[in-house]
Amino acid sequence: MKEPKSRQPVERVSIIVSRGSLEGVYPGLIMANGARMEGIEASLFFTFFGLDAITNKRLDHLKVATVGNPAMHIPTVLGAIPGMSAFATHMMKKEIEKLNIPPVREFLQTIHDAGGEIYGCKASVDMFHLKKEDFTPLVDDIITVGEFYEKSAGAQIIFT
Amino acid sequence: MATLEVLGKTLLLDKDGNLANPGDWSEEVARELAVREGIGELTAQHWAVINFMRKVHEQEGEPPSVRRITQESGVDTKALYQLFPNGPGKKAAKIAGLPKPKSCI
Repeated sequence: MKEPKSRQPVERVSIIVSRGSLEGVYPGLIMANGARMEGIEASLFFTFFGLDAITNKRLDHLKVATVGNPAMHIPTVLGAIPGMSAFATHMMKKEIEKLNIPPVREFLQTIHDAGGEIYGCKASVDMFHLKKEDFTPLVDDIITVGEFYEKSAGAQIIFT
Repeated sequence: MATLEVLGKTLLLDKDGNLANPGDWSEEVARELAVREGIGELTAQHWAVINFMRKVHEQEGEPPSVRRITQESGVDTKALYQLFPNGPGKKAAKIAGLPKPKSCI
């Protein structure tokens, strides 16, 4: 029996990571890696502050945002206390490790080794005055939005 | 419940199409399943993954996550994806006669 078109399995995903906080980056990484584990083609496109997740100097130091995040369940003024973000980051990293989820650098390596593609957004790279050598060598290329759409042919595009 | 004819026996399958009863598994069944899954002949590396997954399942009641396979079986991510293309964790589990791994990682 032929499946209705809407029920056809997902074959390709293009995941955009636009945020640079720990909680902003992990969902995209988990989805990309999860896609590869299911045999789904996956590419990651890092844009705006999401670039921090592929910037060599920054990617090991991503922090949890404790201000302006109602789901943190702490008042904004408390979230603004110095050290609060570092504390929340420490706690979340511990939980992440408990679930056997790798740190960001290792996760990027895994996705790369699993055949996932990793791209940076040219407009953001130019805006932040970054150069190709500022990024981890796991980055396949810095591409324009047009190239992103070309590479996403036939893919579901997911914005995070 | 779905069943599968393998080597003259009728084996019960779970909802994912994996063996419902791990006791039905044998190395011969694994070889036959590998051919049907398009993997072909099983190499020593395939067996390293299969045996590791079966050991973890026997000890812990659940198959290991893909990450744990790459950390502990001696087969790294690149190799694992080449050995079991199109979904390494679920493919390897199927051939190992185990349920599909439930981990997200």
